[in-house]
Amino acid sequence: MSAARKLVVPIVGIGLLVALIGLPAQADNKGMEILEARCSGCHDLKGPAPATLKELWARKGPDLFYAGNKYKRAWLESWLQKPKRIRPAGYFYVDHIKPTEDGDVIDKSTLKPHMALSAEEAHDVAEALMSLKANSHLITKGEYKPGKISLTMGEMRFDKFRGCMACHEIEPGYGGLSGPEVYTVARRLQEDFMMSYMRDPQAWDPKIFMPNMHLREGDLEKFVHYFRALSEEDFE
Amino acid sequence: MKVKLTKSATPLVTIMLALFPALAVVAGEKAEDNYRTYCWQCHGMNGDGNGINVRDMSVQPRDHTYGKEMASRSDDELFMAIKEGGPAVNKSVLMPHWDGIFSDEEIRDLVRYLRQRCQCEHGKY
Repeated sequence: MSAARKLVVPIVGIGLLVALIGLPAQADNKGMEILEARCSGCHDLKGPAPATLKELWARKGPDLFYAGNKYKRAWLESWLQKPKRIRPAGYFYVDHIKPTEDGDVIDKSTLKPHMALSAEEAHDVAEALMSLKANSHLITKGEYKPGKISLTMGEMRFDKFRGCMACHEIEPGYGGLSGPEVYTVARRLQEDFMMSYMRDPQAWDPKIFMPNMHLREGDLEKFVHYFRALSEEDFE
Repeated sequence: MKVKLTKSATPLVTIMLALFPALAVVAGEKAEDNYRTYCWQCHGMNGDGNGINVRDMSVQPRDHTYGKEMASRSDDELFMAIKEGGPAVNKSVLMPHWDGIFSDEEIRDLVRYLRQRCQCEHGKY
C-alpha cells in the first residue's frame, strides 16, 4: 500500500464514522432550532402542562414536551409538510365558537391554518420531536397488544356504551366537534400512548377538557383496535 | 369545611399562588370559569343545551335555563350527575364523570351556579 493510500483510508473511515454518528445529532439540533425559533410561540417544548384554567386558556397549541411518547414519527413528518385540521373547532373550542339562534356554531373566521414545513425541515423537526420524552413513567411500552374489532362493535362501544362520540367525530362530518377527530388518531398517535391517555387524561394534562371516562382496562385495548380499524378506512 | 380568608391573609395567598402555581388547582377554580371551559362544549354558551357537540347526539344535553325541569332535580342529584356522570342518576351516558377534574367543593359551587342559571331551587320554580 502506498503512503498516500495509507493516509486516505483512515481519513475516509473516520469521516464515515463522524457522518454516521453526527448526522442524526445534526438533524436533531437543526430540528430543535426550528422548534425553538418558529414553534415555541404556540407550543410548550418544556412543560409542565397547565395547572390552572388561566394557563389552559393561554395555551395556543398542543404541548410538545412529550411528543416522542405521543406521536408516530412518520405521521409527524408527513403532517408537518401538509398540515390539516384535526380538531374541527380549533385547539381550544371556547375560542372558536359563537352563539346563533340555532345553537352554538364554529366561528370559522377565527381558525387559522398551521404553518407548513419543507420536506427537509419536517424531517429534522420530526426527529427532534421524537427526542422529547417527558412523562415516560406514564407509558408502559408494549402494553397494547394488536387485535381486531369490527367497526360496528367498535362504534357501539365508543358511542352507545361510553358516549365518547359526544365530543369526537368518528368519520368526517359525524360526531362531536370539541375534541380531535378519532378516525385518524391511530395514524397519528402511538398505541401505548392512547392506552395511557384514555386511562387518565389528567395525568398528562391536569386541566384538559376531556374527562376521565373511567374506562375498564378491557375497553382501552378495544378502543385502540377500533381506532386502528377506522384508520384503515378511506374517508377522503 | 369552608375556609374563610381574612383581608390580612389575602396578600399572603397571592404571594403563595405566585410562587407555587400548582396550589391554585387545590384552591379551586370559579364555577363560572369551570362552566365555560368544560360545560359549554355540550350545554352551550347560553347554557340552553345547544353546544357545538349536539349535532349528532341521540339525547339533547340538559337546558340549564329551563327552571321547571331543573327544579325537578335536587342539589344532590345535580352533584351526582356532575361527579359521576349521567348513568349515576339514570340519565344519558353522554354526560361523563367530571370527578377527575373538579373537586367536591368545585362541584358544589357548580350546583350553586346552575341554580343561578335556572333561577330555581329543588321543588321551587
